Amino acid sequence: MSEVTVIAEITNGKLNPATAELVTAASALGGDVVVVVPCTDASVADAASAYSNVSRVVAAKSSVFANYDASGWAEAIDAVSPAGNLVFLASAQSKDLAARLASKRGISVVQDVVEISGNNLTSPIYSGKAFQTVAISTTAVISVRANVFSPSPSDGDASMSVVDATGNVKSAIKELIGRASERLDVAEANIIISGGRGMGSPDNFKHLEVIADTIGAAVGASRAAVDTWDDIPHSMQVGQTGKTVNPNLYIAVGISGAIQHLAGMRSSKYIVAINKDADAPIFQYADYGIVASWEDALPVLQSTFSEMF
Amino acid sequence: MTNIVVLVKQVPDTNAKIVFNGESVDLSAVKMVTSPYDEFAIETALQHKESSGGTVTALTVGGSGADKILKDAKAMGVDNIVRVWGDGFETLDSNSFQSVLSGVLSELGADVVYCGKSSADLGSGSTGPGVAEKLGWASVSNIVSASFGDGLTVTAPADGGNAVVNVSLPAIISCDKGDLKPRKPNVRGIMMAKKAQVDVREASAPASTVTLVSQTPPPAKPAGKTYEGGQSAAEVAKLLRDEANVL
Repeated sequence: MSEVTVIAEITNGKLNPATAELVTAASALGGDVVVVVPCTDASVADAASAYSNVSRVVAAKSSVFANYDASGWAEAIDAVSPAGNLVFLASAQSKDLAARLASKRGISVVQDVVEISGNNLTSPIYSGKAFQTVAISTTAVISVRANVFSPSPSDGDASMSVVDATGNVKSAIKELIGRASERLDVAEANIIISGGRGMGSPDNFKHLEVIADTIGAAVGASRAAVDTWDDIPHSMQVGQTGKTVNPNLYIAVGISGAIQHLAGMRSSKYIVAINKDADAPIFQYADYGIVASWEDALPVLQSTFSEMF
Repeated sequence: MTNIVVLVKQVPDTNAKIVFNGESVDLSAVKMVTSPYDEFAIETALQHKESSGGTVTALTVGGSGADKILKDAKAMGVDNIVRVWGDGFETLDSNSFQSVLSGVLSELGADVVYCGKSSADLGSGSTGPGVAEKLGWASVSNIVSASFGDGLTVTAPADGGNAVVNVSLPAIISCDKGDLKPRKPNVRGIMMAKKAQVDVREASAPASTVTLVSQTPPPAKPAGKTYEGGQSAAEVAKLLRDEANVL
């Protein structure tokens, strides 16, 4: 049987649990699943051998993987990955890497896959306003959205090998700048609470921050909020010209649901909308809609969450 | 003299409603614009030229309808505008598309290439890194700022924050929104753009191995529950835990 390779997602030096979802996606493509773990220390790969339905794990050990460099990483991963389909997580960094790997191998890349059916792959296009299905007729590289495929269970015991990998780095990190706030980034969070212009002023985002800290969420914002208030940075913007997110839970507060914003968050698993305007378009996409002002709803939400957490 | 190229793409206006004709999107009634992130790439390219000297060439792959976005780039201040097209280019997969672009960039003798971090239509973000790999160049994606003193230095997201990175040229840099405001064309720019000639080039592409099957509306979500009044937030919070299991 041919092999299909999962490139493990590494976040802050650890195996990202979403890697288990990639194993499921790779199984759907077909073939014996190999997990390649880019690392500087092979122990990072240990957790991967516990995934079920994995035939072998390759810890690709290299100093190249200390800091991200697209060219160097692609070269090192290419050298240790078998022929056949490659599966990445659709994070910003791994999509970049997937594109380079595909180009290096002279094959095509299909990004942001949310459904696999035989050789047919489906991804959102036009920021989620449409879904496109393509057929791959030969080997391809794909990236898979998080929170779509169920994670492979962890009762496996795959063999692991450690392989030294090398690549030529073409960029040099001059300086690493930590985030100004300790709060999660919207692109990485499983729960997001976002405010729109309905929040009235940027100061009122502190009410969102309190809730975010209670439930471990990131704080986001609509484009209208970012454009209106200088204190709300673009890094918080969710939407077509901001970040596209698909967390497990998205809470939209004082956001009417402009098409731009919906494009960036409609694929969230559960959507809660709080808006005083019962006709706001956001309610058409909400699993739970609360028609109320944020001044009325947020204190109740916060006190209930406080009891639960 | 730095030979700077900026990649631009024509896409449907991001505020447009996407309509369907059978199993494909129907863009016939949609206003077409420059992909929004490409405007940040144009601005960065122009700032690079202003800092280091050189020329900026805007390059697109498209039919004659795409001349409009090239003229818009010209009005913003790019020096040259180039459009490349060939048989069957409507349905190129990523590998074929990137092969076309890498060929033209070699022809143009580019030193540094800027592009948007992703296009507003397909949104895959593959073009910058893919073309860089074909050319054997460096690439940095999703940058939020750039400076052009002694070589090229860019700021891009990294684990836990941002990384300031020195990039060896030649390189392809994909641009996020960052703090830049793309300049508005002035009257002189608009007049120049009207008279500008598009350098149209023909190219051929290797066969595509990924083919389109269908384009459909996103799957409908089942209707949600709606509650009135702020007090209902307590019930919703509990449902998130007990019914949705997301807390």
